[in-house]
Order: sequence, then structure tokens, then C-alpha cells
Amino acid sequence: MRPRLHEHQGDLSRRAFLTKVTVGFSGVIGLLAGVPVLGYLLGPITRPVPQKWISLGPTNSFPIGETKLVKFTDDTSLPWSGLTELTALWARQQSAGVFDVWAVNCTHLGCPVNWLPQAQLFECPCHGGIFYSNGTVAAGPPPRPLYKHPVRVQNGMLQALTFPLPTD
Amino acid sequence: MAAVSIEEEVERLDKNPVINWIQERTHILDGLLPIIQHPVPKSINWWYVLGSATLLSFVNQVVTGVALAMTYVPAPNQAYQSLTFISTNAVWGSVLRGMHFFGASAMVVLISAHVIRVFLMGSYKFPRELNWITGVFLLGLTAAMAFSGQLLRWDQDAYWAVVVAAEQAGKTPILGPILAQVVVAGQTVGGATLTRFFATHVFLLPALMFMFVGVHLYLVVFDGISELPKAGEVVDPKTYKEKYHRLLETDGEPFFPDAAWKDAVFACLVMAVILALAIFVGAPHLGKPADPTVIQASPRPDWYFLWYFAVLALIPPAMENWVILGVPALIGALLFAVPFVSRGGERSPLRRPWSVAAVLFMLVALAALTIEGNSANWSPQIDAAEVSPIPASITQHLSGEALTGAQLFQQKGCHTCHTLAGTGGDKGPNLTYVADRLNQAQLITRVLNGGHNMPAFGGTLTDTEVQQLVSFLQTLKSPDQLPATAGP
Repeated sequence: MRPRLHEHQGDLSRRAFLTKVTVGFSGVIGLLAGVPVLGYLLGPITRPVPQKWISLGPTNSFPIGETKLVKFTDDTSLPWSGLTELTALWARQQSAGVFDVWAVNCTHLGCPVNWLPQAQLFECPCHGGIFYSNGTVAAGPPPRPLYKHPVRVQNGMLQALTFPLPTD
Repeated sequence: MAAVSIEEEVERLDKNPVINWIQERTHILDGLLPIIQHPVPKSINWWYVLGSATLLSFVNQVVTGVALAMTYVPAPNQAYQSLTFISTNAVWGSVLRGMHFFGASAMVVLISAHVIRVFLMGSYKFPRELNWITGVFLLGLTAAMAFSGQLLRWDQDAYWAVVVAAEQAGKTPILGPILAQVVVAGQTVGGATLTRFFATHVFLLPALMFMFVGVHLYLVVFDGISELPKAGEVVDPKTYKEKYHRLLETDGEPFFPDAAWKDAVFACLVMAVILALAIFVGAPHLGKPADPTVIQASPRPDWYFLWYFAVLALIPPAMENWVILGVPALIGALLFAVPFVSRGGERSPLRRPWSVAAVLFMLVALAALTIEGNSANWSPQIDAAEVSPIPASITQHLSGEALTGAQLFQQKGCHTCHTLAGTGGDKGPNLTYVADRLNQAQLITRVLNGGHNMPAFGGTLTDTEVQQLVSFLQTLKSPDQLPATAGP
């Protein structure tokens, strides 16, 4: 009896060892294999897209008091981006030399705001957000003014600093 | 009873030489027959066919989805064109797209109806709590499939739906910007976004659905289909299983074919409706291709998300972040909590009036919000000047200041928010008879200062323009008011 029991106990500890080896090795290799997969999936997020100054046009193409839609191509786009490599911004010369450039996204939930030149208002087609010509909220659910891009004038060109999809 | 009949069935089928050849090598009948012929209560009726019909809709989605994926190009520069090709040039392409589209709607409707049936009949109670939990996961996955599928059209609605989803994710405290970037697979909507959604829609979500469907069906067979509830018959976890097995012995029948014929008939009906809609109504019209620089867009979600679209417009702005994040979390938490809060007790809806009331309230609320979302009267009609000018019945008798005021009403965007004789937007009050309720001074105040969700026009209108506009507004009286104000 005793030797068999001893043998059985030995067998159990051997099994426990083998269980640990199996689970341990599988776990480690699973984790190791998961690193590149996770890294690849998070790649587009972790890869920083540089903020860039982009030229919107000569300053004299923005008459005082007019709001213009400016389109440009994002040269950091992937080659198969199609039309999504294009970006649009609203630009306005508020007074001589004072420019405002805004993202086209409503600050409520990101829908594109339209400019009504006669009414001097931005209107959002999704949930009815309305903004004044200086970007401040006029009506509807938006919690804050339109997202403003930093601007500068270089060599007579109005430039705006790009930023990711605004979400605050 | 059931065990004997399965053995007899195996013996009968085994006489077929082909089946016998396969059976000897795989023992497939020993594994399959106990599943398809598992005993079920005779009381189960037509209300119990919704789950299998949902499964059939899912199979329809997989089959038509695989076929569509043979042609669809999941890259932003070609997705729209490939879908146009499928819809207009590919043989049976429009019907196939229609089957996928109406199949998605069928799946959403059927899984919702199935969840309601299970809830109202208390089928989630002991010992079927995990059936409910896996069902809740399947409900969430179905919603995720519906949303991600809508985006693959890569038209204007799809593009802006991605942006809205990212903005919603961005409202999350601390993690918001990162989550928004996860949604768009980068810092802006672009090349990586569509491929990410495509992989999610055709690989990740279906794989999870297969897994949960497998567990759900295993539990359905393992725990048995719940019997039709009777008022006064309560579920006691201590005795339920014994009672249920006794019921199967005395009043049970094999699922196939005694009960399954109803599932087959209803599934055929569902499939026939999907097919008929696909053939006679056809695939949904594609919007304009996704272009971030085309601002004249009016993005709308597919019908199953219109209620949430309405919620986002109607909630007070101060509560918005709480609602955007809290409502989905609360719905999820409530659904998961259901079988643990109400583990035993009455199953019959006749004895659970609060459950019936909750379902009715939810259905009425969803219907009302969906109708609101469809009309979206909180949105200005931005193209009102082009598509619905002020009717001649209002302007034909005007002259001078009032006529100029009518033109200003159109030009200055008043008509985008205010209805006049059935034309224009619905965002603000209907002004067809505004002069009945506001006098000249009140009109001037409102135009200059705005208020009640209306912009102030004091900064954009000249004094003369205000005078002209108000002159026009003062002509807007109801017919019975005209003689009274004109006087005898």
C-alpha cells in the first residue's frame, strides 16, 4: 500500500508540475504573441501625426467680414484614403489682419456646420447647433464655441496649424 | 421517453448504408440526435419562434455578407465605387445588397422581440440566467454589427456617423481622446478608418457572435426551453429543476420535429419577407460619396438608431455628457442585472404588471423618439430658400416695407428655423400667425435679442432691416384676426 500511495503522491506532484509547465509556457507564449498583434492594432493611434502649418491662401483672398470654406489635402494621409485625404476649414478675416480659422465640426457631436452668409450664422444640420460669425454659440446644444485653429501670416499667406479630430 | 426514442431513431437511421458508414466512423448521430431531439415542454407556442428566426437572420447576414465581400473593396478610395458596382452592375447585386440590408433590419427587430418575449415570460429566471446574459451580449453585438455595417457604405451619412461616434467616445472623462482615436483608427478619419471598421464588421464581431450563439444554444439545450408560464406557478430555485424534468417526462416532446416545425414555418416566412423586400424594394439608395469637404450634408443614422439620434438632440446640454455615456452604460447594467434581481417568483406577465408596464413604456418611448428622430425638427432647414420659398399666398398682397421684410425673412435664415404656411424649418415656433400673439415691441425685442434657443440678430441686422422684418411679421395674422384688427 505505502509504496503505491507514495508513487501516487509522486505522480500527483509530477502532474501538478506538468500542469504548471503547460499553463505557464502557453501563457507566456500567448502574451508574447499578443504583443505585436496589439501593437499593430494600436499603431495608428500611437504613431504621432505631426501638427503642421498649412497655407490656406493669400491674406487678400479673405475679404474682411467674409467667411470662406478652405479645402486642402492632408499629405500625411494613407495612399488609399481617397476623398478623405481632403480636409476643410472655415476661415474669416474678422477685422484688418485679425483672422479666425475653425474646424468645420460642430462642437456638439462633430457634424459639419454650414455657413449662411446672409444670416451671418453657422448652422449644424444634425441637432440644430447654431454659431455666430465669431464662432460663439448662438443656439442649440453645442457646449462651446467652434474649435479654433492657431493661425499665423507668413509671406502674405494665411496659415493654420492642423490638429486631430477635435473631441473636447 | 426521449432517451428511448433517440436510441430507436439512431437504430432506424443506422439501417441506411450511407448513414451507417458515416456513423461507424464519426458517431455523429450519438452527438447530434440528443441535441435536435432534446425534449421540450408541449406548451411552447408561436411566441417561442423568435430566437430561431433571429438565428436564421444572422445566417442570412453571414451568407450574403460573404458574397458581398467578394466584390466590395474596403478602402476609402474604392469602397463607394465598388458598392455602386454591386448595386447597379453586378448580377443579382442589388438583390443581394437588399437581402443584407433588410436582413440586418430583420435581425434587429427579431432579437429585440425575442428579448421582450423572454423578459415578459420570465424565461430568464433560474436556471436560465446565463442564457439571458449571453443573449444580452448578442443584443449588443447585433447593435454593433448594425452600426459598423452602416459605415461600410462610405457615403456622407457613413462618414459623419464615424465622426459622431468618435465625438461621443471623446466625451469619456480622461480616456476620451484615446477612445476617439480608437474609433477612427488614428487621429483623423482616413485610410485606416474604413479598413478597421470592415475588419471589425466581417471578422471580429461575427466571430464573437458565433461564440455567443454557440454558448447560448448549448445553454438552451442544457437547461431546456422554458415552459409557457402560468399565473400562480412560481419559480423556486430549490425545486424548479426537479419540477421541470417531471414536466418533460409527463408532458414533453422531442424538439425536432414536434416543436421545430413552427420555427421552420416562421423562419421561412421571415426569409420570404426579406427576399420580397430585396427584390421589390431593393437595396437602399447610396448617398453622396464620403467627402469631408462637402459641408452640405444632412447625416442621419439608419432607422434603428434614430431614437438615440433624437435623445442626443433633446436632452438638456448640461446633462449631455452624462446621457451620452450614462444611458448606454445604464441600459447595459439594467439588462445584465435583470436575472439577478428577479431570480425566482412569478413568471407569468399577468402577475408581473410592472414588467409589462416597463416594456410598454420602453416601446412607446422608442417609437416616439424614432418618430422625432425621423422628422428631426430641431434641425434648421438649411436649404429652405431653395426648396421651400415663402408661399405666394403670404407674399402676394404685400408691398413696401413688408414685402422687403418677407425677402429678408428668407435671406437672413429666419425661414430655416420657422415655418410659414407649411414651408420652412420646424426648429423654432411656427410663425404663420405670429402677429396674433406678439405685438410690434415684442417682435422687435425678440429679433434683436433672440432668446428661447434663438440667435440674437441685433448684430447682423440694420435698424431699417429690423423695421422691415417686423413689418412683415405683423402681417402674419390668422384669418379671424384680420377683420378684428382691421375694425369695422
